[in-house]
Amino acid sequence: MSFFARFAQNRGALVGLIILLLIIAMAILAPLLFPESPWRMVQRPFLPPLSQDGFPLGTDTMGRNVASGLMHGAWVSLLIGLVSTSVALLIGVPLGAIAGYYGGIIDDVLMRFTEFFQTIPNFALAIVLVAIMQPSITSIVLAIAIVSWPPVARLVRAEFMSLRNREYVEAARLVGQSNTTIILRQILPNTLSPIIVLASLMVATAILLESALSFLGLGDPNVMSWGYMIGAARTVIRQAWWLSFFPGVAILLTVLALNLVGEGLDDALNPKLSRER
Amino acid sequence: MKKPLALAISAAALAFTSAALADDPKEGGVVNTIIQPEPPGLVLGMVQNAPTRTVSGNIYEGLLRYSTDLEPMPQLAESWEVSDDGRTYTFHLREGVTWHDGEAFTADDVVFSADVFHRELNPSARAVLQHVESIEATDDHTVVFTLKQPFGPFLISFEAGTFTMVPEHLYAGTDFRNNEHNDHPIGTGPFKFSNWERGTVIELVKNEEYYEEGLPYLDGVNWHIIPDGASRAVAFENETIDVLPSGTVENFDIPRLAEMDNVCMTEEGHEYFSPFAMLWMNNREGPTADKRFRQAVMYAMDREFAKDVLWNGLGNVPLSAFGSNARFQNDDLEPYDYNPDRARELLDEMGYDGEEITILPLPYGETWTRWAEAVQQNLREVGINVETQATDVGGWNQRLGDWDYDLAFTYLYQYGDPALGISRTYLSDNIAKGSPWNNVEGYENERVDELFNEAATAFPDEEREALYSEVQEILHEDVPVGWLMELGFPTLYRCDVQNLVTSGVGVNDGFKDAWLDR
Repeated sequence: MSFFARFAQNRGALVGLIILLLIIAMAILAPLLFPESPWRMVQRPFLPPLSQDGFPLGTDTMGRNVASGLMHGAWVSLLIGLVSTSVALLIGVPLGAIAGYYGGIIDDVLMRFTEFFQTIPNFALAIVLVAIMQPSITSIVLAIAIVSWPPVARLVRAEFMSLRNREYVEAARLVGQSNTTIILRQILPNTLSPIIVLASLMVATAILLESALSFLGLGDPNVMSWGYMIGAARTVIRQAWWLSFFPGVAILLTVLALNLVGEGLDDALNPKLSRER
Repeated sequence: MKKPLALAISAAALAFTSAALADDPKEGGVVNTIIQPEPPGLVLGMVQNAPTRTVSGNIYEGLLRYSTDLEPMPQLAESWEVSDDGRTYTFHLREGVTWHDGEAFTADDVVFSADVFHRELNPSARAVLQHVESIEATDDHTVVFTLKQPFGPFLISFEAGTFTMVPEHLYAGTDFRNNEHNDHPIGTGPFKFSNWERGTVIELVKNEEYYEEGLPYLDGVNWHIIPDGASRAVAFENETIDVLPSGTVENFDIPRLAEMDNVCMTEEGHEYFSPFAMLWMNNREGPTADKRFRQAVMYAMDREFAKDVLWNGLGNVPLSAFGSNARFQNDDLEPYDYNPDRARELLDEMGYDGEEITILPLPYGETWTRWAEAVQQNLREVGINVETQATDVGGWNQRLGDWDYDLAFTYLYQYGDPALGISRTYLSDNIAKGSPWNNVEGYENERVDELFNEAATAFPDEEREALYSEVQEILHEDVPVGWLMELGFPTLYRCDVQNLVTSGVGVNDGFKDAWLDR
């Protein structure tokens, strides 16, 4: 069975994938459909959805187009999700690989370091980091990456520990391959599937984290993101439900889609496990 | 001002008050209102915080009160006269006034309050007192202030919050800050301090011995302390609270609350403070050092939009440096109307190359954040490359104090007279690192310094007016800072609370005349 066929066996994953593609399309089409800045005050404030042509989702507290904000926000959310996950992987994978491969004192030191981060609540640490670095896209990406790499490190370490004594690894060692080559060319490729599954879920978590930070007013003030839209609409939620409703739905769908896709990937990459389930 | 004129004005003020009262007030009832945040203490002069002024302005009194046009009205002084050279002010005190503990209020109390108590404790009163040579009680009910030179805003400095009268018999010769009476303030006002349950409520009760016939009508005023903004709004909605003084609920809640049945709103009662929102522009370096750039910023901003959308249409878009509630406003200046094309022209003319500038919003909540977003968008539309940098209050204070900014939001009180609240922003000897409240923009203009200094001590008012007119023309051309808005801080109240706001400081001394139509 092909990879995609196994993926598609999970109906939920297929739905998730379609939603995700739609959101990516939104992000790509945003500058074409709404070439003007989403910050532009274009109409009367508080227009309800569908009350005027060109404003299908209405306008916000300052007369900005909610639809435009939603589309441009998709790009910001996806970008932050992907970049911060990549950064987290860049920190977590090498640390986990080294700890798991070498074991002993190196493992102890690296794992105590990881635990140090794991003992601090993620969100609290992210708030502190962003507040210290001043809110901007870079500081938010960094903060999210810094709070989300420990699970990656632990996962990779566990995989390496179980693989490092396999016969093919011993064979590689016997023919004189260096440790670096063994880590990168022999073991790492075999740990990729759990990493991919974890990464897809991490993108979802990162989007939620960014939204939560923006909601608290710690987003990049120059970027229209979904969390910012909800945060700004919070104060008028009794007068204008649509301002927080649509970005809220967008976050919900994106995170749901990513989770479904993650589950589908898990099924597709670990056929044995999924059959047993 | 000579005596007949002064009397005419006080008579007019009395007539105004009695006309407003013609509606046959009812006696009795207790008003529940809010104080936010909880004041650190209640002795005016010793504590200068806004909430102290609000509560204690009903316990203590000054020599004068000010109408919503900032005209002086009699309070503890029933009349006053000014000598022809503007250096001698004679106040005739009301007779038969007693302190809340029964002692008589006399001219000695005035001399003690001004010359001893405020000189030692109160920086804002001290700024006025530095112009005073001597204060004398010529008899029990007459006090004469002799000034070193004429000082234009002298007569507007006697508001209770700034220049309150404190009892000599309780404070003279004691350690003021540790005086046992600080916990139980004794004033001459219409309400007496009754009880302060920390974190819950401050209760004032009617002063039965009050010297003004029939006043006050209310049996008492309870100032509730509710730390959370949303809870304050709810307390007003469910009618636990009758009066929301300005600034006690979030801006965005105001339209909703104002639309409720039996709720009235007034914008009056903040004229004395008249907060003026400004955009600091760094005059020292970067594009903002160019006058044409600063003018372009003025033309690029849609200030009417900000007023309508962000401030619920309340407030006023100023012409230039002098707000509409300041005296001596020059009305002939051409307004900086919203004109993006003119802004682009000016930017072309100066050869602006798209250098990035930053804008610091005021970290005081949602309205200010939205405002910064609007201004940023306005500026981007005329081609200014502007980025917003979010800060907290500490960071904002520090960056302004260090002059590390291009554009920054702020607001300042005007205190009724240019010499008290306006000149401080433009005088070059007021440039000093470390404070976010002085001449932060770094504007230096010898002629402006000269005019402001001359106008502060010029006499009479016609001469001041001419000097201030010229200074406004220069400032209007140079645009040292952006003039955003005179903020409207409305007071919300149940419509059956009658006659609540009768002066330029609103509820700070307003419960004296208020009554309940229930």
